Parts: sequence; structure tokens; C-alpha cells
Amino acid sequence: MAETIVFIIFAAVALAGAVSMITASNPVYSAMGLLAAMFAIAVLYVMLDAHFVAAVQVIIYAGAVMTLFLFVIMLIGVDKPDAYGKQVPAQRVITGIVALGLFGSIVLAGRAAWITGSNAFGTANLNGTAEAVADELFGTWMIVFLATVMLLTIAALGTIALAYFRDVPEEEMVG
Amino acid sequence: MSLFIEVSIKVLVLFVFLLVTVLLLVWVERKFVSDLQNRVGPDRAGPYGILQTLADGMKAMFKESITPTNAQVGLYIAAPIVSMTAALLMFLVIPIGAPIEINGTTYSLQVMDLNVAVLYVLAVSSVAVYAITLAGWSSGSKYPMLGSVRASAQMISYEAGMGLALVPVVMLTGTMTMSGIVEAQQGSFLGFLGVWNIILIPSFVVFLISGFAETNRAPFDLVEAEQEIVGGFHTEYSGMRFALFFLAEYINVFTISALTVTLFLGGWGGPVFGPWIVESSLPVVWFLAKTWLLVLFFVWVRASLPRMRYDQLMGFGWKRLIPVSLAWIILLAVVLGVREFGMPWT
Repeated sequence: MAETIVFIIFAAVALAGAVSMITASNPVYSAMGLLAAMFAIAVLYVMLDAHFVAAVQVIIYAGAVMTLFLFVIMLIGVDKPDAYGKQVPAQRVITGIVALGLFGSIVLAGRAAWITGSNAFGTANLNGTAEAVADELFGTWMIVFLATVMLLTIAALGTIALAYFRDVPEEEMVG
Repeated sequence: MSLFIEVSIKVLVLFVFLLVTVLLLVWVERKFVSDLQNRVGPDRAGPYGILQTLADGMKAMFKESITPTNAQVGLYIAAPIVSMTAALLMFLVIPIGAPIEINGTTYSLQVMDLNVAVLYVLAVSSVAVYAITLAGWSSGSKYPMLGSVRASAQMISYEAGMGLALVPVVMLTGTMTMSGIVEAQQGSFLGFLGVWNIILIPSFVVFLISGFAETNRAPFDLVEAEQEIVGGFHTEYSGMRFALFFLAEYINVFTISALTVTLFLGGWGGPVFGPWIVESSLPVVWFLAKTWLLVLFFVWVRASLPRMRYDQLMGFGWKRLIPVSLAWIILLAVVLGVREFGMPWT
């Protein structure tokens, strides 16, 4: 019973955060909305006994990613009105169709065992301690884990390469 | 529901404990610094001025809380609350004494024993950054803004150092729970002397320095450097809202000290003896004694060292602390690997 109440509260917070992230006119409030959603999702992870994922969720998203977002937003300044880009014809219709399709596929994924590997809303015997996650990560999924590490390293290197080695004459480069 | 009641009582006790501690802490700091600087310090309210903090608190409560015209009101009011909440949350995982057995039931003197307590500490300290960042931004004024930009850069940088300093502790003790880390430091040398994690000296030093930076204390108090940016992020705050920031800072000092004691100085470990009532309360005494000694060290450093320059601060964090921590982790991993599995060629 208590679990249901907690779930409803934090699911509502997560949804409200997500909606306010899209609708807020001030980018800082958008960031706050996203932050609220992240925290609410972390609480949901805790309810699933996935303590490790919850802690990492807060550290990575709330701690690193969102702080950088805020940092950038503040440094750029939020007072300037955004110059909206050109609208694609029939933008709202296309967005609606894509959103419906996404919603449908999420529902389908939730119900279909062939995608998630478990029954819909079934109680997979989750063990979310750091030890269990480590065993899975550095045992069963070692290759995949290393591949992800490679991918992220390449992405970081790519960013540096794009930032530094542009076809711009030396004197025009800033910094 | 017994768990619910137990946790509620613990949280309440912890809350009162922290507030009383902070009242004492502010007084201790002012007295100690004044002693170091050949001054008298507060001496009017109560014996030795011990009620000075209480008087200051009353004053803050009755002062008007001003809201600047350009402030983003919602976040402006939320920031001090977030700051205080984050400061209080951190202490939940720290065991302040050995488990006590009453009528056959064992009660741990720790609100919750998470199996990812080490990560929890990092997560909560990352929330604390928001309070300062938002306070500075929402004030709608330039000095708070500069202070908050400094704060976020500083706290993110030193959080990395702090995280890397925690890794060797986890490697050595093989657990992420605070109770496990403290247990692992208990009497294994000559039967009663604990082997404290302070043997990981580089980690200890890095953690302590990062702790100074995370709490924005001298010599890392660029966030509120009075000579440069007035009061930094809390320039526009007054009354109780300012008092919340102030309290949060002091709670953080106490928490970082307690955390250092737990992780590196054996936690509540120490010789216990005597009848049951003495035996069960001695660990708490040891814990508090160690923590207060470390708090005094914090105050001592504040009184001794001048403030760093901003580029020195960032350079020190990224070019010294983090490489040293990384090299130390690799070295320790090799040593532990050899101890566990023998030399690679055997």
C-alpha cells in the first residue's frame, strides 16, 4: 500500500517535471523540470531495490550533466529571447504522429516478452546491489561494457578533434 | 511499522543532534579563531559567550528577508532550503557508534545502511552544488552570479578528486557500506589496535583537501571571497534565508569531518571497557572526539592559510589532485592484485 502511494507520488513528479521541462519558457526552469524528473526516477529505482542504479542516476544526471547544463545556460545568459528556427510544414501533425508511435512502441515493449526478455510487469528477481551489478558488468557483459567504453572515448576524442582542428585560419580562432 | 518508527526516531534524534552540534560548532570556531589571532572573541552572551550563536539565530529570525527586484522568486526561496536539506541528508549514512544491543535486539546507530553508501555521499554532495548555483543565479545580481559560477566550477572539479579518493577505500575494504568500512578498520593488529584506512595516506590527503573545497572553506573560499565579490552567492540573502546557508555550511564542515573519521580514521573504533552502559556509549564518545578534533583542524587551517587564486585552485584540482589519485589507484590495484593472486609469472 505504502509502496503504491510512493510510486504514484513520484511518478506524478516525474511526469510533471518532464512536462514542465518542455513547456517552461525560461531555460533554467526547463533544467529544473528535467532535474525533478531525474530525481523522481531515481526514487523509482530505489523502490525496485536498484540502489546502485539510483545512486548513479543522481551522480551522473543530477550531478554532472544537469550542472553542466545549468552552467552553460547561466553563462550564455537567459535574457536573450530565443530565435526560433523555421517551422517545418505541418510540424504539429508530424510531431503528434511520431509521439503516438513512440507511445505505442513503449506500451508494446512493456508487454512483449521478446523485447524485454521478461514477462510484462513480471517480477524479475532483481538484485541491485553494487556487487551484483559489478558481477554482471565485468562478467557476463564484459565485451559490451568495453565496447561502450571505446564508443564514449571515441566520442570524446571526436569532440576535441572537431573543436580544435577546424579549417579556420589560426588568427580567427578564439582562445 | 516498527521499522518506520525506528527510522523516524533516528531521523529526529539526528536532526536535533546536528542542530545542537552546529550551535556549538559556530561558537567553537569563533572562539578558536580568536584565540589563534590573539583576540577575545564573543564573550557577552552566557559564560564564555557560548550563547552567542543562539542570540545570532534569534536576530536572524526577526530580520526582514529581503527579495531583490530582479530575483527569480521561486528559485530564490528554494535555494537555501535545498542547501539545508542536502547538508542534513548527508549524515544519514554515517554510523555514529557501534551497534547497541538492548533486550536481545540490535540497534545500529545509523539511520540507513545503504549498500551504495559511498556513492550516496557523492550523489548528495552533487545536490549541494545546485543550492549555491541557483542561489547565485536567481538573485539577479552580478556578484552572486560570479560567486555561483565559481562555486559550480570548483565543486565539480573537487568532487572528481573526492570520488577518486574514495575508490582506494572501497578497494581495500571490499565494501561500499559505511558499517562495513568501519568494521574492516576494527582490531586486527595485535588483537585490539585497528588498522585504520589512514594507511592510504594519499587518499586521505586528497579527500581532506577536497573536503575543504567542497565545503567552500578557506583556503578555498573563493565562492564568498569578501574582497572580490562581496559575499558571493549569498550577497542578496538576509534574515533566516541567509541563516540557512550559514547553518548548512557548518553542518557540512561537521559532516565532512565525520565522513573522514568514518572512512579513514576507524569511525567509532577505539578501546572499550567497563560495565555495559559505559561500554556501549564509549564508541560514540570516540567517534565524537575524533570528529571534533578534525573540526578543530578545519578551523586551524582556516585561520592559518591565505585564500588561493582562482587559477591556482583549478590547476591544483585538475593537475595535481586528480593525477595523483589516479596513479595511486593504479599502484594500489597492482599491490592488491599481487597480494590476492601472486606475481603474474607464478
